[in-house]
Amino acid sequence: MTDKEYFYWLSNLYNIGPKKIDMLLQYFGSAEDIFHASIEALTELKAICRTDSGVRLFSDEDMDGIINNRNRDVVHHRFTKLIEHGIQFITKEDCEYPEKLRHIYTAPYALYVKGRLPDPETKCLAVVGARECSTYGREMAEYLAGAVAKEGIAIISGLARGIDSYAHHGALVAGGKTYGIMGCGIDICYPKENINLYMEMQKEGGIISEYAPGIKPLAGNFPLRNRIISALSDGILVIEAREKSGSLITVDMGLEQGKDIYAVPGRVTDCLSGGCNNLIKMGAKLITSPKDILEEFIPGYMQEAKRTEKEGHIPEGNQKLIYSCLSIEPKHIEEIAILTKLPMDTLMEQLLLLELGGMVKQSTKNYYMRFF
Amino acid sequence: MFSKAYSAAIHGIDGLIVSVEADVSDGLPLFDMVGLLGSEVKEARERVRIALKNSGYQLPAKRITVNLSPADIRKEGTAFDLPVAIAILTAFGYIPEESLSHVLIIGELSLSGTINKVNGVLPIVYSARQQGFLKCIVPKENAREGAVVNGIQTYGVSTLLEVVELLNAVKEFVPEFVDVKQLFHNQDREEDIDFAEVAGQKAAKRAIEIAVCGMHNILMIGPPGSGKTMLAKRIPTIMPELSFEESMEISKIYSIAGLMDQQPLILKRPFRSPHHTITTTALTGGGITPKPGEISLAHLGVLFLDELAEFQKNTIEVLRQPLEDKSINITRLNASYRYPAGFMLVAAMNPCSCGYYPDRNKCNCSINLVKRYLGRISQPLLDRFDICIEALQMNYKELEVQEKQETSEEIRRRVSIAREIQMERYKEQNIYFNSELTPRSIKKYCKLGTKEQSLLEQAFIKMNLSARAYHRILKVARTIADLDQCEQIGTKHISEAICYRSMDQKYWGE
Repeated sequence: MTDKEYFYWLSNLYNIGPKKIDMLLQYFGSAEDIFHASIEALTELKAICRTDSGVRLFSDEDMDGIINNRNRDVVHHRFTKLIEHGIQFITKEDCEYPEKLRHIYTAPYALYVKGRLPDPETKCLAVVGARECSTYGREMAEYLAGAVAKEGIAIISGLARGIDSYAHHGALVAGGKTYGIMGCGIDICYPKENINLYMEMQKEGGIISEYAPGIKPLAGNFPLRNRIISALSDGILVIEAREKSGSLITVDMGLEQGKDIYAVPGRVTDCLSGGCNNLIKMGAKLITSPKDILEEFIPGYMQEAKRTEKEGHIPEGNQKLIYSCLSIEPKHIEEIAILTKLPMDTLMEQLLLLELGGMVKQSTKNYYMRFF
Repeated sequence: MFSKAYSAAIHGIDGLIVSVEADVSDGLPLFDMVGLLGSEVKEARERVRIALKNSGYQLPAKRITVNLSPADIRKEGTAFDLPVAIAILTAFGYIPEESLSHVLIIGELSLSGTINKVNGVLPIVYSARQQGFLKCIVPKENAREGAVVNGIQTYGVSTLLEVVELLNAVKEFVPEFVDVKQLFHNQDREEDIDFAEVAGQKAAKRAIEIAVCGMHNILMIGPPGSGKTMLAKRIPTIMPELSFEESMEISKIYSIAGLMDQQPLILKRPFRSPHHTITTTALTGGGITPKPGEISLAHLGVLFLDELAEFQKNTIEVLRQPLEDKSINITRLNASYRYPAGFMLVAAMNPCSCGYYPDRNKCNCSINLVKRYLGRISQPLLDRFDICIEALQMNYKELEVQEKQETSEEIRRRVSIAREIQMERYKEQNIYFNSELTPRSIKKYCKLGTKEQSLLEQAFIKMNLSARAYHRILKVARTIADLDQCEQIGTKHISEAICYRSMDQKYWGE
């Protein structure tokens, strides 16, 4: 068995997490020694190791787990399979292991990676937010992540529904790098509708997980993976979060790890913006354009990020009237009719022309908004 | 002594003439009825015997046999009581036998000898006339219903004795008379509901107007309280008035279902709105004795399915075939019945289970949940909705605006013109409305100019529309052009039709 296989064995023991692994390694020196450790030595370790509050760290089951799972063939077989599937197994002992991650509290002992790990030289921005986001959140996530990624900053998120997906998507469309941290086994695409993103990101970035293949997306895994998201990034951008949102766990962890927090403001009345607005109140940087982020990331970045002005003619007449009624907030055709006082058939014709001209888009059927 | 009276049974939506034969002979005193009878017809024996006694007739102790012919068709219902009683009285010589020829008799007897109303009088009288009968004797309550049929005299009677007097011609009886023309003329134009009462909802109203013009099925999606039901209820008020033939067709179905309510004819467009707990049979019709279901009761009118997503999936899926054929075939062991079902389907539903998507301030449903909610309706059924519109919740300010709203009457006038245009165009074909166009005839009647063609093409690419959507958009565009009284479909019509394009799952919840 190779060293890596011993580490693989060690990181996959039931109920043995980063803390216990650290303790075992301190005592025995290497993973191989743990594999070969005698029952007496393990019993001794059990007796010595106590947490700060004096409770025993290892239980009898933990010890049994170590003793009864020493099957070389099984470990070897599984590890070979891992490699066959193109999954990299990176432990703390490897030099590829991200430095940013190494020093956080309960850093994962091993990482499974499809694609690549973020380049240590590039800066990373974590983008987090609500799963059930509004159109506004979606537009902002795609736009901001895209604009930032274009400048060479990697976008890190959790590959969940909503803001996460849109941020990854925005970065991919802009041709940037993006990395997804999963809360389940690396071979499971969760949620499954993100399969395209999951495949695409393996080429243009990476999928990273601390969970071995086959581990189900359990609710408890997700807050834990947030510590990796925040640790790998240099700043955390929050787009749309309710006042009690899971995204705020990432923020809390980021703050512990000393990261900068950025938040996109929203209307006071929108409950999806409550969390963001609170963050701003508490001192997070208010983000209204990609420039606000880029000037923090790239020293001397002052150049006004050029908003890609939509090409084509400036709308005239009725189209101008309709266009002026629209904003990034989608409006139903009924509301537009009330505002413009145009007859329905004219309005529908002009809206279609605006849409075909690329000035306007439909968020859902017959809800129109300006192209951001 | 043998006698024969005529009565009728309901078969599908038509009357079927049944002869009631009675024979009185010597032997053990017995009253027997044969001829494949349902249990309520068998029970007629007791009703008839006692009603005869209470009407003052003493039946001698003879062997009485009654046969209902054709004997291989199952007889149902209580309408045979009266003809059985009359046939027996004739056999005993109380009524001359020749007075029974060319007379059709129906009615239910009560023990006291009075005659109660029965269902299906209109189709029975109608077939009686076709079969060459001259007189019909029906219960008093049903007389006006039967009198609508021309060329046959309908007498309303309330007791058994009256019938005997009528047949013996001891007294002058006047046939019931209904002035159909007057009836249509006097029609209560004052509807208690009107489109003018709906504030705002311009887009939805316009969509409904177009849908009614071409008899397109329409799906309304919107949050609770946005006025979907209110709009739907007003759809019959903008449909053209019923013609006599249409009224007859509807009245026949209602007569069989027993929903005539003492009116001679149904003069208002049907509006049926079954609750979502309805069973498949209640919707399509059926049962041991097949009866028309909601879809037939909505014939030539509106079938409104509120909360479409809450209906049992298999219940609404059965609508697919009647929507194509405009009729439904109910096949049972005994026979196969065909009921008309040419209705306009109007459905309303919420966009998601909480009802407020895409308003994220109120809706906390995940995109998956939203998709699953719409997914309860199968794509083939969604395909049958040519028009789909989102009703929007009106805020207080818009409700307050005292803008003058169009009345149903004004809308109806436009609809009638557009319908006449369609009628004229399709007079050679076997169809009436744009919604009935087949892909082949679409090519013929929905020709596009180059400008329109290129617009449609661009929209197709931009919006990633399906091939299915293509035909629907063209059909709806044709109707919009008809409403505009334009021979040629223009870009305006195409654009509007695209806005009403039906809901494909991929367009919702992106």
